[in-house]
Order: sequence, then structure tokens, then C-alpha cells
Amino acid sequence: MSETAYPAPPQTPFATSVRKSLFSSPLDCLVTVVCAVLLCLLLYHLVDWAFLSSIWTEEDEPLCKEASGACWSVIDARHRIIFFGLFPFEEHWRSTVACIVMIATIVASCVPWFWSGLKLSVLWITGFAIFYLLMHGGLFGLSVITPERWGGLALTIFIFAAVSLIGMPLSIVLALGRRSRLPVIARLVGLFIDFFRSLPLLTILFTAAVITPFLLPGWLQGDKLYRVIVGFAIFFAAYQAENIRAGLQAIPAGQDEAGKTLGLNYMQRVTRIQLPQAFRNSLPAIVNQFVITFKETSIVTIVGFFEILASGSAAFGTGKWTHHYIEVYVFIGLIYFIFVFSLSRYGAYLEKKLRVGHG
Amino acid sequence: MTSILRSQKVREVFFQALVLSVVAALLVMMVVNTRASLEAQSLTTGFGFLERSTGWDFSFSVLPYSISDTYRKTILIGILNTLLLGFLGIFFATLIGIVIGLIRTSKNALFSMIGTVYVETFRNVPLILQALFWYAIVSHLPKPRAAYSLADTVFLSGRGLYFPVLNIALWSVALMLILFIGWLVFLPWLREKMQHSTGYYRVRNIGWLLLPLIMIGIGYFARIPETPLVDMPALKGLNFRGGMRMPPELSALIIAIALYGGAYIGEVVRAGLMSVPKGQIEAGFVNGLKPFHIFSRIRLPLAIRAVLPSLTNQYVQLMKATTIGIVIGFSDLFMIISTSINQSGQTLELLAILMGSFLVINLGIAFVMNTINRKMALKGYEVKG
Repeated sequence: MSETAYPAPPQTPFATSVRKSLFSSPLDCLVTVVCAVLLCLLLYHLVDWAFLSSIWTEEDEPLCKEASGACWSVIDARHRIIFFGLFPFEEHWRSTVACIVMIATIVASCVPWFWSGLKLSVLWITGFAIFYLLMHGGLFGLSVITPERWGGLALTIFIFAAVSLIGMPLSIVLALGRRSRLPVIARLVGLFIDFFRSLPLLTILFTAAVITPFLLPGWLQGDKLYRVIVGFAIFFAAYQAENIRAGLQAIPAGQDEAGKTLGLNYMQRVTRIQLPQAFRNSLPAIVNQFVITFKETSIVTIVGFFEILASGSAAFGTGKWTHHYIEVYVFIGLIYFIFVFSLSRYGAYLEKKLRVGHG
Repeated sequence: MTSILRSQKVREVFFQALVLSVVAALLVMMVVNTRASLEAQSLTTGFGFLERSTGWDFSFSVLPYSISDTYRKTILIGILNTLLLGFLGIFFATLIGIVIGLIRTSKNALFSMIGTVYVETFRNVPLILQALFWYAIVSHLPKPRAAYSLADTVFLSGRGLYFPVLNIALWSVALMLILFIGWLVFLPWLREKMQHSTGYYRVRNIGWLLLPLIMIGIGYFARIPETPLVDMPALKGLNFRGGMRMPPELSALIIAIALYGGAYIGEVVRAGLMSVPKGQIEAGFVNGLKPFHIFSRIRLPLAIRAVLPSLTNQYVQLMKATTIGIVIGFSDLFMIISTSINQSGQTLELLAILMGSFLVINLGIAFVMNTINRKMALKGYEVKG
């Protein structure tokens, strides 16, 4: 009998990889089976709670007591409070459009075509101006709505966008300042950065909201919301500056020297040679800082702003809805998750892509 | 004249002097403004208010307290509460993180997926929302009458977790703790000193035998007179009496910080385990070590050394994150300070105490971790990626 009589069964790479990663030994098989059962159970209960045994509409609320699943009636009834806070009811469309514009701005700045200082500045300033115009009104026949009545998702996005818009340029200045040749500048900026990094964000927001009125003369105080945003932006910039500095330090000295040899001045070397490479080097860390910042916007609720977390707590605060806190928290958690998860996936994608580029 | 203006050095000095004077002017302006606004409210500056009694209540304290305590003692309680929350949170976060890190590095795809789901779920939702969520769950547990109990000694209800404690004075607990930590620090020093001789092991074994005896002795002398040795919680009327109570605020925060921190620390641990060079593990196989020994003697020790700096970073972040306790009413340092500011008006002094305390706590964590890092570092060996 020749050996060719029984050719080896064709094995697809997929089957091999499945066998290798799931059933490589008896113990492995057991682990796989146990995990599969656990995951299925978890998934089943989750789907059952969220979809199969849940109540969906406001009218069906009386059925919630008997239902074993989620009572989404609370979301159906109160979603306007969660998304818009105290924003006047008939103007909710403005808040919605403003949010869509800002989200579009954030998404657009993830596209590499926009990655130049000029394009990003134009994009963000335009996006922010449209957002502010829609929210605040006062032009083109839109009624004026002052920031005290802003709330919900729009306020969360506003704080995130404003912090990014102020914080990013500031962080570049701080990063360059810390690496300055001039000892006084480098020391002062270093002290500034380390001071803000050593404090909890809440302390800084609290100081900005409650205590700066003591420190600053009246004409410099401004609205509480803007003070908190500036405080938050400084905190953000202190962290982001360290990320950018790490990127700057990874640039070989020859790059800057080559620029000098060509007769470029400091500004030209910074904008044409140093910053583009620094951003490329530390892009994942920079995106990660934005991810953290989006999550941390929730902390402003403690210093008395009606952003999405506070408006969510208000949504189950009254009457028959008091028992449905879990549904509201899960709903808000899901909104945060969508933003934060997509941003962090984007960061992971960039990291992979850049690593390939470096070889 | 023009040559002086052109000189780069002169321009640099001038520029730095300008920046320095602007910063100084800003600081002076703040001080002047503060004094003006303090005078307008007729408040006296200085730390004299620390000796005044507060007159207000708060939710939780590790030490016995009353509303007539001084600001000094109240703030101290705040610091202790923050430390307690921080250390318990960090401890459980580390445990969860190690487990998640191991799961995430498993070769079994399905098993490691469980770790991934965990990390992505808990890392992508704000900590403050998680704290609110767990607080809502914990405080909606059944009433004391319907409490879950463990052999009638530990009770879990919406009022908190009740468990038995020993009726001994507080100073003795502190003394035992100091003794224990001192012994743990003394041992490595002694080993170094006696160079692993048989004498060292004899001292070590005798020490481990004597230590519990000494502690029992201290506890005996420190008994609070005319009380039973063990203080058991028991249902009296509508609530539990006796024992120690862990309020729902504290347990919710510990759960939230442990789960959230666990996701971050899990990623740190995973990175550490992956950073151990393959050659090290293969060398273990070649020498005939069992998989478990390869893990416990080669992979884990090298991974721990690789992750200590980023772990320090996470610990500092988690310690700072304890400030969100105010959102569910846990009386940590931040809440105590902000209430004090409301009540006494001594804004700047209290703010300085708050910032100073966090600076000291964070530097303390960094110092301890860096010391461990230095002691553990292998001479002439570096973990490479």
C-alpha cells in the first residue's frame, strides 16, 4: 500500500486556529466549555432583561411591577430631560442639531486629511461657533438661551469640546515651554504642570467654581461655567503637555539641527519639524487623554452643572419613576460607552497603523 | 546700543525677567484680591480656626467622633476616611487586576474574551456613574429585618454591612499594626545583615511564633472593661446594634473603585506578562520546570518588576479618584473640606490643607512604590519588550 492512498484531510487555516486557540488540551476543552456556558448564560439573562421581558412604552408603565425585565418606560417618558436638561422644550431641535454638528466635528478631526494645524483650527472653530450659536441664540431670530439653562448631553459635549479647544493649544505651549532652553521658563512651566497633575480634578473644578471669586478681581471672573471650563482645560493641558513632551523627546536631535542648518527660525522649526513628528509619535497617548477627558466631564456634576449624569438622576427623581434608577443608569452608561468606546477603538486602530508605518 | 538689543543673550534674559514679573504680578494680584474679599466678609486669616469646634455632623468616621470636635480632628478623620477608602479600593482593584491580567493573557481565546469584555465594560463608563450605580444597588438592599446573614454573625442590609469586632481599645490596634509592619520591614534588613545564615531562619521562625502571642497579649491588656470580648451585631427593633458597620456609601465606593481600577490594573498586568522575553520562558522549559513553576518563578517575578512604575501611576490615580465619594455622600477628605469651607469661610487655609494632604499622600504612595521597585530590581537585568 502506497502512502499516497490516504491523503491528509485538507485543513483550513480557520479550523487549525480554532483547534489551537480553543481545544489544544483536555483542560483547554473544559475551560472552553465552561466559558461558553457562562457567556451564554450571561448573554441570555442580559437579552432577556433588556429585550425579551422588558416594558417599552410610557403607557405600559403599570405593567413594570410584574415584569422581570427592564422598565424602559422611564426612558420613553423622560428621555428629553436626559438629553436636554432644562433647555426650553420648543427649542430642543437646536440642541439636537448643535450636538450633531459637534459630533461631526469630532469625527471629522479623526480623518487624516484634516491633520494640519490650519485645517484642524478652522474645523474646530467653525464647529464650535455653530454649536455655540445654536445653543446660545441671539442671532438670525433665535431666542437667547443662557448657559444656566443648558443641560444634558449638549452640556457634556459643550464642556468636552470647549476643554479640548482651549486645552490643546495650551498643552502645546506648555510642552514647548517645559523643554525651553531658558531655565526660568522651563522651571516655571514644569512647576505649573506638576502642580496641576498632582491634584484631583475635582479639587481644581471646585476651586474654579467656588474659590476663584476670592482670588480674581470682578472683571476677570466671568460665568461659573466658563471658570470651570478654564480650570478643566488647564488640568487637561497639564496631562496632554506631558504626552506631547514625550513625543518631542523621541525626535532625534539631528532633525532640529538639520532645520537650523537650513536657516529656519524657532517658530518654523517648531511648526514644520518638531510638532508634526511629536504628534505622530504620541498620537495614541493623545487620543487616550481625550478618552479620559470625555469620561471626566461627568465630574462637573458635583460642582453643580446639569450635564447628562445630573439630568439622568433628575429623570428618575420624581413620582412613579423613583424605582427605575437601574434603567436610567444603564441608559446613560450606554451613551458614555458609545462615545468612549469608539474613541478608544480609534486610538487602538491608530496605534496599530502607526506601528506598521514605523516598521 | 543696537548691538546690545541684537544680542540673543540679552534678549533671553529680558524675556525671562518679563515672564517672571508677570507671574509675580499675578500672584500679588491674587493675594491683594483675597485680602480685600476676606476683609469684606470680616474673616480672620490663619489657622486659628482649627481649634474651634465644628458643630456639624457627617456620615462616616473610622474614629469615634462628635459634632463638638475641633476642625483639626474632623479634618484628620477626613484624611483617615480617604486613606481607608483608597487603600481598600486599591487592594481589591489589584486583586481583580491580577486575575483579569491572567485571564487576558490566556491562550484560550474564549477565556481571554471574558477578560476583554470585563475591561471594555468597566473602563469605558465614568467612575462616578459606576459609584452612583453601585450605591443605588447597595442602598436598595432589603431592610434590616430581612437582611442577608452569614451564620447570624455577618449581616448585609440596605443600612450597610454589619460584622463582629473585638472590644479592645483603638490604640492597641494601631500598636499591633505598627508592630506587624515593623516586623515585615525588619525581616529583609535582617536577611541582608545575616546573609541568609541558619541564624537568620531561626530568628525568623521564632519571630513568626512570638508575634501572634505578643499581639494577643496586647489585645488582652487593651480590653475595654465590663464588655464581652467579641461585640456581635444583633437585630434590635428596626436596626442592628453592636458590631462594626460598613455603611453603604463606603461599600459602594469600594466596589466601584475596585471594579474600575481592576480594569486598568488588568491591562497593566497584561502588558507586564507580555513583556517577559520568550527566551526566559523557553529556558525554563529546557531546564525541565513545570508550567506552574515557570509561571510562579520566572514569568510572574519578571512581570511584577516590569509593571511597578505603571502600577504606581494607577495607584496615584485611584487615590485621587476617591474624591468622587462626595457624590454619594461619603465623608472623605474632600467632602469634609468643602463642608468646612461652607461653614467656617476659611477658604484659602482649608484649600491649602486639601491640596497639601493630597500632595503628601500621593508622594507617599510614589515613595513606597519606588522603594519597593528599587529593592526588587534585579542587578544588571532589564526586561525588554
